[in-house]
Amino acid sequence: MSTAYPLPTNISPTTVANTASLLRIVAFGLISGAAIASRLFAVINFESIIHEFDPWFNYRATRVLAAKGFYEFWNWFDPTAWYPLGRVVGGTVYPGLMATSGVIYNFLHYFNLPVDIRNICVLLAPGFSALTAWATYMFTAEMKDPSAGLLAAAFIGIVPGYISRSVAGSYDNEAIAIFLLMFTFYLWIKALKLGSALFGTLAAVFYFYMVAAWGGYAFITNMIPVHALVLLLMGRFSGRLYVAYCSWYAIGTLSSMQVPFVGFQPVRTSEHMGALGVFGLLQIVAFASLVRSHVSSKQFQNLLAISVVTMGVLGAGAFVVMTYKGWIAPWTGRFYSLWDTGYAKKYIPIIASVSEHQPTAWPSFFMDLQLLIFLFPAGVIMCFRELRDEHVFVIIYAVVASYFAGVMVRLMLTLTPVVCVSAAVALSTLLDTYVEAKEPDVPEERMEANGSSAPDGKKTKKAGGAVGSQASTTAVAAASSAISDFVSATRSSASTPRQKGIWGADTRLVILLNAIGMLVFFVFHCTWVTSNAYSSPSVVLASTNPDGSQHIIDDYREAYYWLRMNTPQDAVVMSWWDYGYQIAGMADRVTLVDNNTWNNTHIATVGKAMSSPEEVAYPILRKHDVDYVLVIFGGLLGYSGDDINKFLWMVRIAQGVWPDEIQEPNYFTPQGEYRVDDRASEAMKTSLMYKMSYYRFSELYGGGNAVDRVRNQQIPKVGPTLDYLEEAFTTENWIVRIYKVRKEDTLGRDLKTANAFAQGKKKKRSKPVSRRRAIV
Amino acid sequence: MAPKSSSSFTFTKPSSQSASSSLSALLSAYTTQTTPRLKFIDAFLVFLLSSGVLQFVYCVLVTNFPFNAFLAGFSSTVGQFVLTASLRQQVNPENKVEFKEVSHERAFADFVLGSIVLHFFVYNFLG
Repeated sequence: MSTAYPLPTNISPTTVANTASLLRIVAFGLISGAAIASRLFAVINFESIIHEFDPWFNYRATRVLAAKGFYEFWNWFDPTAWYPLGRVVGGTVYPGLMATSGVIYNFLHYFNLPVDIRNICVLLAPGFSALTAWATYMFTAEMKDPSAGLLAAAFIGIVPGYISRSVAGSYDNEAIAIFLLMFTFYLWIKALKLGSALFGTLAAVFYFYMVAAWGGYAFITNMIPVHALVLLLMGRFSGRLYVAYCSWYAIGTLSSMQVPFVGFQPVRTSEHMGALGVFGLLQIVAFASLVRSHVSSKQFQNLLAISVVTMGVLGAGAFVVMTYKGWIAPWTGRFYSLWDTGYAKKYIPIIASVSEHQPTAWPSFFMDLQLLIFLFPAGVIMCFRELRDEHVFVIIYAVVASYFAGVMVRLMLTLTPVVCVSAAVALSTLLDTYVEAKEPDVPEERMEANGSSAPDGKKTKKAGGAVGSQASTTAVAAASSAISDFVSATRSSASTPRQKGIWGADTRLVILLNAIGMLVFFVFHCTWVTSNAYSSPSVVLASTNPDGSQHIIDDYREAYYWLRMNTPQDAVVMSWWDYGYQIAGMADRVTLVDNNTWNNTHIATVGKAMSSPEEVAYPILRKHDVDYVLVIFGGLLGYSGDDINKFLWMVRIAQGVWPDEIQEPNYFTPQGEYRVDDRASEAMKTSLMYKMSYYRFSELYGGGNAVDRVRNQQIPKVGPTLDYLEEAFTTENWIVRIYKVRKEDTLGRDLKTANAFAQGKKKKRSKPVSRRRAIV
Repeated sequence: MAPKSSSSFTFTKPSSQSASSSLSALLSAYTTQTTPRLKFIDAFLVFLLSSGVLQFVYCVLVTNFPFNAFLAGFSSTVGQFVLTASLRQQVNPENKVEFKEVSHERAFADFVLGSIVLHFFVYNFLG
């Protein structure tokens, strides 16, 4: 047998195996290091701080858990959120994340390592990303082999699609959920392969952890049954499938009901019924196959088939009847919004208003996955070539997740693991084919022909193909991969059965260098995207000075710190719901609404107050005991995520509850434009939000043109006036503006008149006075 | 798995003559072909099935009031049933080809572990 390059012959197989496993361990250590390190940009560029919005709540809850213990956390009623309603926190959270941090915290403190809970929270996501890499390695190793697993682990370690949700400080449920997702899937595949109830039980336990950690557990709840159903329909029912699925479902479903927030949903809602249906179906099929093993008469088997179908139809009918009768809750709106992207905008504006619920734009696929998105289909095709049970799983996962990733930006996260897995399968097949030293067996003279034709300056691939067409006698295919198929398929003449394979070291080198080059580009891309796009805490903003140095814009914390220091402990702060968690976490003040958007009416109330004129808003504010109103204004700095840009959603959500009082078209100009300059509509100009945003804005320019830099519009010289509120604090760059709500006038006048009096405006006052004189 | 109780309902429809004859054939085949060990497991399965049916009937006819308690009890029978049925699949000599890597001892250990985990959750859910 000839080889493309010399191979050492004096090494024993055990040495090779040992070295390979050592190299795997070293490679895996490096991958974990890279996965953790690339997530630390946020800490290095900024500081060890909790990011964004939801993580602030998780952090606050974790602090309670760490300080007061699990039972206190479990029974925690938070009177400072959703004022005056309050929130039962223990029963309305997925506690997995907080419990994980709490366990780590107590573990470290038990060993007298006084690590601050904040640092645990900040670094939890990077730590778990290393575990995700490991789980992906195990999963991919089941699909192909450990080398593909290592590639998959390296991909998932640095791919931006996953980093976007797991940088240091992004302390959110997804941080641990992706690890749990991949590990549960791995255990499921393992259980299915071995037919082992042990792995089924373990899958159920990790499924329980997943349910406790993330609402996306429904993805597992439906993926595994769909896989089982497809296997059934493919005629691949086996005892192993029965053992794996039933042990997972029976324990997993019962355990998922232990999480208070999930409660009885697994037996009450339609999202979970598919799993139950497949469970029932498997019982019937298993029973039927048992009976069939005892009886072999043809007639009886027909009977059996009929009865199985009847029972299936009866089960489906019972399900429909139960849904109709209301014993099983029908599909929820969140579910419909997955199928109809316009649904949420029409019926549940509060879901549609979240930016990560928007449909995904095409470039973001490339931005988040780069080269993997091209390898992904190739990997799926590789799965079709073997099509073992676990490959069916990857194919289903790929199809389902691709669809969901197209519907919602945030579901890109569930697509990323399968993309990494199948891309790794594709790439590792390519590498296997071209690294393999064995050449196809050809007669001696053919080998010489090959040797003479290759350096002729032809394209190397062509040379291999041409020689292949000459060497038609022997039929040993050294590399039976898709690539060699492809090469043979593209050859021009197809008259004789050809030898498949790759000749010479140069061919191999060209392909391998190409592949390595692509991987290097991938690494650079990932690092660039991570450092530039995904590592901003969004609590602290950064810009560059003219000399290139970094300038930190810290308005949010400035404002929250002001609130914390200058207002009474029980002061109620009203803001749009986006900032509720941050106010609670950083300023420690009472909020009306926050990012846990459970009460639409309450949010609509805030929306109404923001979009109404002062006179209408004032009673609402007073009824809710609001002391301060906080708005985000980016007009001075050009910060586009401000409240004026979110304003239309406030209007829409308010309109959903009070369609008579708030109408969206009123906030546009007659031409249908959304303007804030002097052509802005009357409703816009008198709205509380507009007034609070632009109050005294033009004074800043001292008579010059006041330009809103986000919307590039000129603000009228005479700015809005406020009668019922007074400015309390505005941050350095005007990003956060805080207003104090005035108390009712002590003399019983309405505040507008009182203000006019205080400013010495005669006009309004003189009228009633003169009238009184006339009467006297 | 629990042959008698549920099968009689479905198989008597089309032609009672042939159905009853094939039923008796099934019964005799079952008694002759099944090892005592599997019959022992089947007896446990029948017990679990009847217990589950009883609980379900109680829930439908009388009350489901502590719903978590009903779910815990019912899940314990259903879960135990499928775990035992899994054990039966694994130790059935006919399925030896399928479960190459699961020895009988291993199957029983898996069964015990699964049952312990299951009943841990059942106990927690009883309320």
